Amino acid sequence: MAYLEIKNFCKKFGNTEVLKGIDISIEKGEVLSIIGSSGSGKTTFLRCINFLETPDSGTMILDGETLFDAERDKKVKESALRTKRLNFGLVFQSFNLFPQYSVFDNITLAPLLQLKERAKKDKTIDYSEEKQKILDDAEKLLAKTGLTDKKAAYPCELSGGQQQRVAIARALALKPKILCFDEPTSALDPELTGEVLKVIRSLKGEDRTMIIVTHEMGFAKNVSDKVVFMANGVIEEEGDPKEVFDNPKSEKLKAFLTGINNKEGE
Amino acid sequence: MNYLLLSAGFWEISFDLLIGFFETLKIFSVTLLIALPLGLLISFGTMSKIKILQKACATVVWIIRGTPLMLQLIVVYYGPGLVFGTGAGLSAHVSTYITFGINYACYFSEIFRGGIQSITKGQYEAGYVLGMTKSQIFFKVVLLQVIKRIIPPMSNEIITLVKDTSLARIITYYELIFFAQRYIKNGGLLWPLFYTAVYYLVFTAILTVIFNRIEKKLSYFKA
Repeated sequence: MAYLEIKNFCKKFGNTEVLKGIDISIEKGEVLSIIGSSGSGKTTFLRCINFLETPDSGTMILDGETLFDAERDKKVKESALRTKRLNFGLVFQSFNLFPQYSVFDNITLAPLLQLKERAKKDKTIDYSEEKQKILDDAEKLLAKTGLTDKKAAYPCELSGGQQQRVAIARALALKPKILCFDEPTSALDPELTGEVLKVIRSLKGEDRTMIIVTHEMGFAKNVSDKVVFMANGVIEEEGDPKEVFDNPKSEKLKAFLTGINNKEGE
Repeated sequence: MNYLLLSAGFWEISFDLLIGFFETLKIFSVTLLIALPLGLLISFGTMSKIKILQKACATVVWIIRGTPLMLQLIVVYYGPGLVFGTGAGLSAHVSTYITFGINYACYFSEIFRGGIQSITKGQYEAGYVLGMTKSQIFFKVVLLQVIKRIIPPMSNEIITLVKDTSLARIITYYELIFFAQRYIKNGGLLWPLFYTAVYYLVFTAILTVIFNRIEKKLSYFKA
């Protein structure tokens, strides 16, 4: 069985069927890219994985544990949702940093809150030692994302690319099993996308399992182990990136890739 | 009425009006003490998913914002006596505090609601995917951003309150304007009434400085 196994995810908003039965499996350390035009359901799918939306049907098994089963999980308690969400990290298109916190505090806020909760329940936890660990980790993440000198800056003082790198560090600070990206460079000026993609690429080198929704075709081709092309709520085509990009089989994917190439040629 | 007042000079009248101003200040402070927390509760009510609660709160806000504060004062002060006979009812002070408290709570609630609803969904979602609870998200992430956004409309409303306090005079709450009008009634001394403007102006100037400071303090981030 694969590390992450999703079967038959369906989601409706009102009468609109956004996901019509998505199956996906990823091995540990693999990078999966999801491509497709706007409205194809990529983002909704990612939000379902992250428990921001609840699929109407389907199952999700991560590392042998059934995290979601539509039959079983009609109503999930808020506290249970939190634990489930923590298996995943999500980097948003619009960064969503907390504006009133410095770069460093953005990264450490959630881990420190969790530590406080744990320390309250379990008195054996050495609070100051654990806290130091979180702070040290944050320093390392800053170094990894090239933001050490921006540690004390506030989000409004950063460029889009820097903000997105903070968002990546913030997601990594919680050590998610799978890190998801929702069009991480779509809100950035073209000259800033490179620095963000470089960070994501460096994460691949660490054998992180990642799911990336992206419009950067070149990047998807280079960094992914597997590419999925979505259209109208179904997986139209999937496979090895070279195969998918150089040898598209379905008409929709051909049309999609041609459209993108034309745009890039403009 | 103290007829000695008529022979009083500028400083004595200034001091007398200062006592009247303390009454004004009392209305101002008690109103804020009631209206700030109550306004937050009402704003939660108007944003509630429970339809009945939401409709009830919206109706209260509509009635309070849709009728004159002066009328509300009269209803609260004279209403119980008219319905249940003389002797029933509240003192001028208590009536004033209740009416002003509820009235301003309704206005504040709309400012709070606007502020809370203006925070993007992304802030909540970022909190969720970081495993934060709803209350952690509200208090650690959203609240300060809301405060920053509502400072300008709140300062507007609070400065309006300073001057609205003079309405309490009509249900015999002896505040600054009332103190000044005694001089007209008891000897035709007109200038103290006009002079009360100075008290209001100085107080609103102080409030303006305070609000500007808060705004400046929160200017280190954009939200």
